[in-house]
Amino acid sequence: MGLGIETRHRIARRAALEIKNGMTVNLGIGIPTLVADYIPQELHIMLHTENGILGMGGSPKNGEEDGNLSNAGGYPVTIQPGASYFDSATAFGIIRKGLLDVTILGALEVSETGDIANWIVPGKRVPGMGGAIDLAQKAKKVIILMNHTDKFGNPKIVKECSLPLTVKKGAHMIITEKAVFQCKDGQLILREIMNPYTVNDVVNTTGAHIIVDEKISVFK
Amino acid sequence: MLQTVNKQISLESASQYFFNGMSLMIGGFGGVGAPPTLVNLILEKNIHDIFLISNDTGFPWIGPGKLITEKRVKKLIASHIGSNPEAGKQMQDGSLDVEFVPQGTLAEKIRAGGMGLGGILVDVGLGTVVEANKQKVQVNQKEYMIETALTADVSIVYAKKADLYGNLVYDKSARNTNPLVATAGQITIAEVEEIVPVGSLNPEEVITPGVFVDYIIQSKGVDWKWVWELKPGTESREGQHSK
Repeated sequence: MGLGIETRHRIARRAALEIKNGMTVNLGIGIPTLVADYIPQELHIMLHTENGILGMGGSPKNGEEDGNLSNAGGYPVTIQPGASYFDSATAFGIIRKGLLDVTILGALEVSETGDIANWIVPGKRVPGMGGAIDLAQKAKKVIILMNHTDKFGNPKIVKECSLPLTVKKGAHMIITEKAVFQCKDGQLILREIMNPYTVNDVVNTTGAHIIVDEKISVFK
Repeated sequence: MLQTVNKQISLESASQYFFNGMSLMIGGFGGVGAPPTLVNLILEKNIHDIFLISNDTGFPWIGPGKLITEKRVKKLIASHIGSNPEAGKQMQDGSLDVEFVPQGTLAEKIRAGGMGLGGILVDVGLGTVVEANKQKVQVNQKEYMIETALTADVSIVYAKKADLYGNLVYDKSARNTNPLVATAGQITIAEVEEIVPVGSLNPEEVITPGVFVDYIIQSKGVDWKWVWELKPGTESREGQHSK
């Protein structure tokens, strides 16, 4: 969707800083999947998948793939020590009960108040919500990774979502190629600028009211 | 002489349980854990106008996706069809009636059907289109939607191992919706890699008690290529974790 590989990896690297030792984490498909590359090895993180693994590991070596061991996107994975397998009801029980510390998802639009739209473009793209509503509504912390604007240059961070919602007031954090926002008490706070963008760049390409943090920093 | 129940049947014999217009539940997630031999049997027997209940529609050539591609499904309840463009096309042209359910809610609706419940109380999707036409209730000052239970004329599942009584053991992430689907069919047929005598499974290992399973058939194995096999070396790294 227009972002270079280096930019996608930078977004993933920034998102990984939100993951702390002992957390249970679900990573969505796309840039969120890259976040796993940047979680420090020494942390004990349990990665959860909707298809029924807690303690998912990395990709297997070539030739060691197992068709019956995959992530939610259908790609082969391995498991880490302490992993477990379970059925889909349990996989979503873990989500619904609020046992996920962090979920990292992509989005089509996010509003000023943290509403998320990420599963349908009526009449154009209708893939179904999959587990997105469960995850966005129930994880303790919801981090959105996405392009700052769409392919026409229109803001994806908007006053109000125009697409059908995945969740109301669900987002806690938005990370784009230009900035890091915190969604707090119905407000959008600009916490960090991604090098080489400026606050003006961000303000000019965001369709919502932004509060600029006094202690704003730059993420390289 | 001890008489033991033997639920193993031939493929030909299994075909009598499928009929045009049947409601059908298929286990699996993105085709992983979907029963390949039974899906092929339904295709070979020209069963059509199926009301399919499945987590997703797999890929066009994988699992339940084959039934969509061959236009055997007229109504679908699923959480996701994004990996099967054929399903999207049929939905847009009106030949496939699709009802989307959030994935966790769909799993629980099937579980409820299998466990003899009428439905469940869920708050996932409140404030979204999921709310449309749902009856709501207040319980302990919290609002919930009533989600009704799902059952089917026939459930088909895939398992790693079964004994002749139908006790099922699954395989890693191929378990997914299978244990739920196995309980929710009027008739449940399990396609199994390995069939063993009664008494040779450790009861602690059994995930689906055989009482839920009506028939077992021997699997001929997966006959499709996975996405990651089709695009070796070129697949998006974003489709898989490297850690």
